Amino acid sequence: MTAADSYGYDVNEGPPLQSTAASGPSAVELGDDVLRAEHLTKRFGPVTALIDVNLHLRRGEILGLIGDNGAGKSTLLKILCGFQQPDTGQIVLNGQPVTFRSVDHARSLGVDAVYQDLALINQLSVYHNMFLNRERVNGPLLNNRAMRRTSREYLNEMGVNIPSVDSLVASLSGGQRQAIAVARAVYSDAKILLLDEPLAAMGAKEVALILDLIRDLKRRGDVSIIVIAHNYGQVLEICDRVNLLQHGRITLDKHSPDTSVQELNDIVVAEYRRALEQRQQSA
Amino acid sequence: MRSRERAEMSDTAERTANAFTGPPTGGPRAGRIDPRVRRALALVGQQRELTVLVVVVLLIVYFGFISSASSAFFERVNLVNMSQIAAPIVIIAIGEVPLLICGEIDLSPGFVYAFAPFLMYFLIVYHGFPVLLAIIVALVFGLVVGAVNGFITVTLGIPSFIATLGTGFILYGLTLSSSNATQATPTANSLGVGKWLGGYGFAEIAWAVALTILAHVILTRTRWGLHTIAVGGNQLGAREAGIHVARIKYGNFMVSGLLGALVGLQIAFQTNVIDPNAGGYQPMFYSVAAAVIGGTALLGGSGTIIGAFLGSIMLAVLTDGFNVIGISAYPLNEIFGGAILIAMIANIQLARLRASGRLR
Repeated sequence: MTAADSYGYDVNEGPPLQSTAASGPSAVELGDDVLRAEHLTKRFGPVTALIDVNLHLRRGEILGLIGDNGAGKSTLLKILCGFQQPDTGQIVLNGQPVTFRSVDHARSLGVDAVYQDLALINQLSVYHNMFLNRERVNGPLLNNRAMRRTSREYLNEMGVNIPSVDSLVASLSGGQRQAIAVARAVYSDAKILLLDEPLAAMGAKEVALILDLIRDLKRRGDVSIIVIAHNYGQVLEICDRVNLLQHGRITLDKHSPDTSVQELNDIVVAEYRRALEQRQQSA
Repeated sequence: MRSRERAEMSDTAERTANAFTGPPTGGPRAGRIDPRVRRALALVGQQRELTVLVVVVLLIVYFGFISSASSAFFERVNLVNMSQIAAPIVIIAIGEVPLLICGEIDLSPGFVYAFAPFLMYFLIVYHGFPVLLAIIVALVFGLVVGAVNGFITVTLGIPSFIATLGTGFILYGLTLSSSNATQATPTANSLGVGKWLGGYGFAEIAWAVALTILAHVILTRTRWGLHTIAVGGNQLGAREAGIHVARIKYGNFMVSGLLGALVGLQIAFQTNVIDPNAGGYQPMFYSVAAAVIGGTALLGGSGTIIGAFLGSIMLAVLTDGFNVIGISAYPLNEIFGGAILIAMIANIQLARLRASGRLR
């Protein structure tokens, strides 16, 4: 993935940014930027995953991050949550430039992520996963009773249906696992939540469950969310604004009402055709 | 770094896989196993320790009441002997289980075992160290070897099998060259402390039981144990959750080294000989065998200290029982091998059934 360099055109000149977000009308009244990424670049050896990426997230906003496989979405997310460091560029959190030293550090500043692989441990119970690396303790010992009770209450409150908090995560369905991962992040009091494809491989009922969960979070306010997703319809349904990432660059930044599934599809398909032609010409 | 990149690269593949496999439970093949068989398998799967315990009890009943040597089996001298076979296996297994759970292995504790008592001896005889200090330095040496194993495995990225194979050989060479391949005898002034380590007949098994309880509590009731399981179960996920994977692995390697040194000192005081050819691979292999019999999968993420303890007792009862009834020790290895294979096959097959959703 992230083979931006292998496309047949000069990536540094990439497609121009299409935007309505800077000046266009806003459907929702939103606060200041809680998170800004400025000029982020990331390379993995010869592969450039991100090129001069600028992104901003307002208070209480849900931002959809879309783009084809290998466009750099996951890399961007991993930088925003402190899992990886950018080669250049900076992150501005609540107006202050910050360097996330680690996931722990980012989390302590209120930025938490739910990864595509969910970071769940199959061999552990639901409640141990809910509290992974933030375990409740009594002195040196785990306070399993408190973790079990809190998990049960919290998952009930969020409407997440699981057989028992004692179940091993391995025995749960994909939707249940996703819901637990999201619940875990929210429970940790994250102010900025990064969701990496929360809707991948979900059945219709499970998609509804996750979408309700995200809407519910928005209603509670105070949480700003970046969602990576593939299904443009779902993205436009829940997101206030959409950013399109292509070959490591953000090429579109529009409010959801200002764009459509059709437009987003057309852009991505046109991009694909162009790259294909260039490759055939150079071959 | 390399594994991160790989994870990054395989994003697409993972996504595709997810999209086609769907939720792990249910499915059309569920329920093909007879429910009674499934319940029995589930019980064996969940209560591996119980299974091993039953085998241990059956063996003790056989050797103690049925076999030709039943009168000798419960004599004090035989109980001491049996406990001294079991204790080193237990203690080294306590170091191996957390490593196996977090996806690593340590081949070197048997060589720390050989060198540690020599180190103590040299410090007392040639450097005038007080006995207690010399023992502490010998134990710390075990920690250092563990840290080196951790460094080579975690920091330099060498598989632990190879890393500890190398450090094991180096330690063996160090033992032979420093001792000139000659035995020594623990100094007279160290025997007082030595009694509490291994001199008294039941000293070693007392240590083994105490360490088993301590390690069991650490593995099942503390953050350290939970994080060890998390690292073995899903290393990337554990790292994403902010767990310090390297710290967990370093720590577990160091404990394994420490326990190797402890067993070496104990055996020196038990036998009153410091033998350059003591230890080696055998104690480690017995301990890994005990761990496997007790339900530790070498795939990471699962295993228990109690299971390894019972596995060690089982091996000791078998070894000792065969001695007592005077049968040749040759077929013993066939039984060991069979037990290891049966245990491992059960581990893998039960895990497979559970993954396919046919067994909860």
